[in-house]
Amino acid sequence: MNVAIVKYNAGNIGSVENAVRRLGIEPVVTDDVERIRRADRVIFPGQGEAHSTMAYLKAHGLDEVIVNLKQPVLGICIGMQLLCRHSEEQDTDCLGVFDVDVKRFQPQRHEDKVPQMGWNTIEQTKSDLFKGFGSSAEKPEFVYFIHSFYVPLCDWTIATTNYTLPYSSALHKDNFYATQFHPEKSGRVGERILKNFIEMRG
Amino acid sequence: MLAKRIIPCLDIKDGQTVKGTNFVNLRQAGDPIELGKLYSEQGADELVYLDITASHEGRKTFTELVKRIAQEINIPFTVGGGINELADVDRLLNAGADKVSINSAALRRPELIDEIAKNFGSQVCVVAIDAKCEDDAVHENGDPRIDGDWRCYVNGGRVPTEYKLFDWAKEVNERGAGEILFTSMNHDGVKNGFADAALRKLADTLTIPVIASGGAGKKEHFRDTFINGHSDAALAASVFHFGEIPIPELKQYLRSEGVNVRI
Repeated sequence: MNVAIVKYNAGNIGSVENAVRRLGIEPVVTDDVERIRRADRVIFPGQGEAHSTMAYLKAHGLDEVIVNLKQPVLGICIGMQLLCRHSEEQDTDCLGVFDVDVKRFQPQRHEDKVPQMGWNTIEQTKSDLFKGFGSSAEKPEFVYFIHSFYVPLCDWTIATTNYTLPYSSALHKDNFYATQFHPEKSGRVGERILKNFIEMRG
Repeated sequence: MLAKRIIPCLDIKDGQTVKGTNFVNLRQAGDPIELGKLYSEQGADELVYLDITASHEGRKTFTELVKRIAQEINIPFTVGGGINELADVDRLLNAGADKVSINSAALRRPELIDEIAKNFGSQVCVVAIDAKCEDDAVHENGDPRIDGDWRCYVNGGRVPTEYKLFDWAKEVNERGAGEILFTSMNHDGVKNGFADAALRKLADTLTIPVIASGGAGKKEHFRDTFINGHSDAALAASVFHFGEIPIPELKQYLRSEGVNVRI
């Protein structure tokens, strides 16, 4: 299994590399177009800001490469937001795989702080990504989030989370999967999600 | 709903945990990674590793340890101790830490907070505040009066500063810190509960999460700081290290008391 992790100007990429290694797979962290195209699985991770990361992807020709990938792709956090059409963060046009716009949280109560930082539940999970999880209605699983912007509920929502409002904590369309949370920091639940992604039928 | 977090804190000296533990099932009780993994399996939501080594040699050992923690631990972790400048932050984040905690360095040069936020994002910047209420009057619940003179200290609580707690916390928030870790020196080590009145004032006025630290002695103290203190997270060391409060039991208790925790 050849797993490529897209290298670009976002933080937290090493954490994903470590998490894949813990599954017994040696990933390659690369911005090399050919190596990304040839990989069996591509993970598009990161923590960062939409405008500067999008500019970097364009400058390095990675925008075209990512949207045309045919193997399973997993976007994580800013990686998920960049796969959407547009982000309110600095009014940025993104990659457009998911035809939905990224919004900023507008909390109404003082205790709803932005960014959302910590463990929250994923519910109404429906995808191979969440294979092996128990009945989500009875005991929803907690995963780790850290973000100020969110993807609204849409046709491609495969998991929902509630923070100031219900929103998409995971998306799926064709070969593209994405999670707003960080599976690489979400304990055993996160490990299972990464394993499911790597083991799914390509 | 976002869960309240339980955070064990491990003090590290020369690559080993300092405070003793009575976890008989650990091969090496002093191994920070084994202990971190155990806490993670038990349901800790984050870990804090504090480097209490002063020497340059010790700092290199700690950086190597951070790399190994990042490889082996699958929940977020914060590192602190001996962070004086941006280069230290860069080194520790590169080694794989999710967040860094700064304390004395921020009081000596507050611009460090702005610099960390600008270069690495607010979410990596935890500002730890050690403060002491120097007013003898206490409320009937034992809390030092929140309108008392809460003074910030540096150098591990040894040196007082001119900074007042609530003014400093507000400044820390405005400069772009991602979280505040507040330790009440009046409560630390006493095991009589967290400084909930002061914590509540912090949580209700700041726009960033507040981590309660200092004073945990029994499960009820955690409930109190979440419900009365409005804390977003609670940190403790000895009650976890000595097995006085097992994390799974604590979380079951908190849930039964109506606190939303990750189980």
